Amino acid sequence: MADGIRDKVAILGMGCSRFGERWEDDSSDLIIEAFRECLEDAGIEKNEVQAAWIGNHIDQVNIGKGGCYLGSTLHLPFIPITRVENFCASGTEAFRGACYAVASGAYDIVLAAGVEKLKDVGYGGLPDDPIFGQLYRLLGPNATAPGLFAQLATAYSARYGVPMEKIKQALTHISWKSHQNGAMNPRAHLRKEISETQIADSPFVAYPLGLFDCCGVSDGAAMAIVTTPEIASRLKPGQDQVRVKALQIAVSSGEELIYNRWDGSSFMTTQHAARRAYAEAGISNPREEIGMMEVHDCFSITEMVTMEDLQVSPPGQAPDDILGGFFDLDGQIPCQPDGGLKCFGHPIGASGLRMIFEVYNQLLRRWPEERLVKEPKLGLTHNLGGVPSQNVCSIGIFGLN
Amino acid sequence: MLGIKSYAGYIPRYRLNRMTIFSSMGWLNPAIIMNAAGEKSVANYDEDSVTMAAAAGQRCLEGIGPAQVGALYYASTTSPFRERSAANIVSAALGIEENVRSADFGSSAKAGTTALISAIEFCAANPDLSALAAAADCRIGKVGSVQEMVFGDAGAAVMVGSDDVIAEFDGSYSVSCDFVDHLRGSESRYDRQWEERWIRDLGYERIIPEAIQAYLDKYGSRIEDYTKIIYPCYYGAARKNINRKLGLNPAQLQDDLMMECGDSGSAHPLLLLAGALENASSGDKLMVIGFGYGCDILGFTVTEAIDHYKDRLRVSDSIKREAELDSFTKYLAWRDMLPVEVGLRGEEDKITRWSMVWRNRGAILGLKGTVCLACGTRQYPPQRICVNPDCGAIDQMEPFRFADQGGKVVSFTSDMLAATINPPAIYGNIDFNGGGRCMMDFTDCAMEDLEVGKAVKFTFRVKYYDRRRDTTFYFWKAVPAEEVPVNG
Repeated sequence: MADGIRDKVAILGMGCSRFGERWEDDSSDLIIEAFRECLEDAGIEKNEVQAAWIGNHIDQVNIGKGGCYLGSTLHLPFIPITRVENFCASGTEAFRGACYAVASGAYDIVLAAGVEKLKDVGYGGLPDDPIFGQLYRLLGPNATAPGLFAQLATAYSARYGVPMEKIKQALTHISWKSHQNGAMNPRAHLRKEISETQIADSPFVAYPLGLFDCCGVSDGAAMAIVTTPEIASRLKPGQDQVRVKALQIAVSSGEELIYNRWDGSSFMTTQHAARRAYAEAGISNPREEIGMMEVHDCFSITEMVTMEDLQVSPPGQAPDDILGGFFDLDGQIPCQPDGGLKCFGHPIGASGLRMIFEVYNQLLRRWPEERLVKEPKLGLTHNLGGVPSQNVCSIGIFGLN
Repeated sequence: MLGIKSYAGYIPRYRLNRMTIFSSMGWLNPAIIMNAAGEKSVANYDEDSVTMAAAAGQRCLEGIGPAQVGALYYASTTSPFRERSAANIVSAALGIEENVRSADFGSSAKAGTTALISAIEFCAANPDLSALAAAADCRIGKVGSVQEMVFGDAGAAVMVGSDDVIAEFDGSYSVSCDFVDHLRGSESRYDRQWEERWIRDLGYERIIPEAIQAYLDKYGSRIEDYTKIIYPCYYGAARKNINRKLGLNPAQLQDDLMMECGDSGSAHPLLLLAGALENASSGDKLMVIGFGYGCDILGFTVTEAIDHYKDRLRVSDSIKREAELDSFTKYLAWRDMLPVEVGLRGEEDKITRWSMVWRNRGAILGLKGTVCLACGTRQYPPQRICVNPDCGAIDQMEPFRFADQGGKVVSFTSDMLAATINPPAIYGNIDFNGGGRCMMDFTDCAMEDLEVGKAVKFTFRVKYYDRRRDTTFYFWKAVPAEEVPVNG
C-alpha cells in the first residue's frame, strides 16, 4: 500500500521575493527575483532543471493560463512546465507536483514556483470572481472572502459558548503577534508593530473581523528546487538537508456546503489533511512534536480555528492557548515567525511556497538570532484555499535529514 | 360558487416619512406640503414589482399550495421588462407548474382589477381550476413631485376558484376610455400629467360615480346594500366629493391606506380589498373599483367560509412591521434615481447566461433542490449523487421545493467589503428545516436581528441588476422569521 513520500524528496534550494505592493514590477520581475535566489541557493545551473510546476490563482490580471509565462520568462529550454491552480493552496500544489515528479523517479531536479500579481486588480481585497463557477455565482450570496471566513467566528462562538469578546481578544492577539514578527522580516509586506488597541479598534470589514484581522493583499513570488536526498547529498556534501516528511491535500466533498452535519466552526479539510499528514510523517502527538508552524492566516479567525483542526489545541481551547502566548515567537510552538499571510503578505500562488521557505530557513538556522525559533525538529505548513464551506487544504511537514 | 378563495396584501418593510421628502425638496416645490402627511411604503433595494407580486402570491397560496392553479395573471405598470413575461417569473417563484396560462396586465392602474376579472372568467370557464391574480407596483415620481409624495410600493394577490370561496363573485362592470390624466411614454421613467383640477373634476369625480351607478343599474342593486366601497383616489377633496355624490355613510368607506402606504397603482384596489376582507363578516357585500383610463367594478358577497379562513399575515400586521427609512438619498439610490459610487469592485461584469439559467430554472426561480429516494436526504441545489457520505446513491433523486420550508441560521456575517448599494451585505449559512443547506443573502434585517439558530423564512428578491444589459436577475434570500412576508 502506498505510504506517501516521507524522506523521498529533499529541498535543494529556495528563493522568495520581497512581498508587497510592487507597483514597479511585473510578475516576471517577481519570478526572476525569486528564481535567482533559488538557483544560487541550490548551487546549480538553470539548464539542470528538468521540469517545472507553477502555481498561480488569478490568471486574468496576472500571468494568464498555461505554463508558457514561466517558460518564456526564465527561457527554460523546452522542458515540461505545468501551471496549477487550486485556490490559495496553488503554491503548495506546485510544490506537490514537483515532489511527486522527483519521488516517482521521473526527474532528478525539479522547480516549483508560485507567483501572484494582485496589485493590478484596481481595488482592495481579491477580485470579485466566480471562483466556484457560473451557477454558484447565481445561487450564492453577494459575498467576499472576509465575510465568508468571518462566519467561522459566529459559528465557533455558538458551538463552544465562547463569548465574542473573548474570541475578539484572541483574534487581536493573533494579529498583534504577526505584526511583531513581520516587523523583523525585511521581506515582509507589512513591517510595523501595531498595538493591540489599534487592532481591536480597527473598523469592521466583516463582523467580527476588523481591518487588522485581514491579511495583506500582495505581489510576490517564491520558489523551491527539489531533488532526491541522494542527489542533494552529492551536490551539497556534509550540509544539513531539509526533507519532506509529509505532504497532504484534502478537498471539500460538498458536505460542508449542502449537508447538515458541519456546524461552520472548523475546517473539515484541515482535519482530514492533518490526520493523513501526521500518519505520513509518523507524528502521534502534534502538540509536543511540532516545533514551529506557518499556517494560512488569511484572516485571524482562520488561524484560531486551525489550531484545533491541526489537533494542537484541544477543541474549544484555541483562544486560551493564543492568549497564553503558546504560539508567540517565544512560545512552545511559534506560529507565523515570518509574519504570516497577515504581514509577510499573501500573493496567492506564492504563499504556500513562502511558508515552506520560512520553515526551510528556520530548520537550517539561517535567520538572525532575534527571529530564530528555538531548535524546531519539525516544521509544519498549512496552506488553505477557497472558503470555509468549500476549500482545499494542503499540509506539509518538513524536517532535517 | 365562483369567487375568492384567498387573498393577501404585501407592504414592504420600509417607510419614508413624507416630511423627510418635504424637508429635502420643499425648497423646489413648497406645494408638496399639502401631501406631506403620513408615510409612503418603499420597496427595499432588492424589491421590484415582480418580487412584491411574488411575495403577495406566496402568502396567498400559504396552506393551499400551487397545485390547483391553472392561470397566473400578473399586473403592474412598472414591470421591469417590456418584453419578458413577468407572470412566468412570478409563477415559477410560486412553484406553479409550467402547464398554466399566464399573462401580464399593464399600462394602467386598473390592470390589477382587470387581471382579477380575467382570473374569475378563467375559473368560470375552467371550474376545476383556480387562478391567481397578483399585482404590484413600484412607481417613482420626479424628485419634488406630488407623485413622489403620494405613490407607495406594495403588492397584492387574490386567488379565485369555484369551491371553498370566502367571497362570492356577484358581477363586474368596466368602462375603458382614453382619458389621459397622466401617461408614461415607452422611453420615460416618470409620469407626465395634465392639470390636477381637470383630473379630479372630470376624472375621479365623474368616471367613478358614473361607473358605480352603471354597475348598480346592471345588477339592480343599491349603493346602501354595500358594506364597503373600496376605491383608490389620492386626492382627498375628490374623495370627499365622490363619497357625497354616492351618498355613502362613513362605515361604508374602506380606508385607502394613504397615510400608511400611499397609492400602489395596479395593486392598490386589491390591497384595499385584502384589508376589507380581513374585517369582513358573512353576508357583507363589497364593491372594489380600479381606476385608470376608465374603471373596473367588481362586486362580492362574503360567505360563511370566512369564519374558517386561516389568517395569513394581515395587511394591518404588515403596517405594524414597518422600519423607518430615514434617508431621502438612500431612497433615491435604491430606486436608481441617484448615481452612487459603489467602487471598482461593483463594476465587475455580470452577464446572465440564459441557457444556463434555463437548465437551472427550478433551482433559481423555484428554490427547488432534490430529495434522495434512497436515504431521504434533502439537498440544495439539485444533486445527482447523494451528498450523504453514508449513502451516495446515484440518480435516485426527485425534485423538492425548499421555498416554503423555513430554516435556521448556522452562521452569519455583515460585510462592508462586498459591493452593494445597500451596505453592509448581510449573509450566512442556512439549514433548511427538514434538511438541506444553503449559503444565502439576508434581507429586510440588520445584523443585530440575527443569531445562530434563529428561524428564517425565504423571500424572492432581485439578486442583481445588470445595467449594461438592462437585465434584472432574481433569486431567493433569507429573512428572520418574524420579519418574513409569509406568516406561520
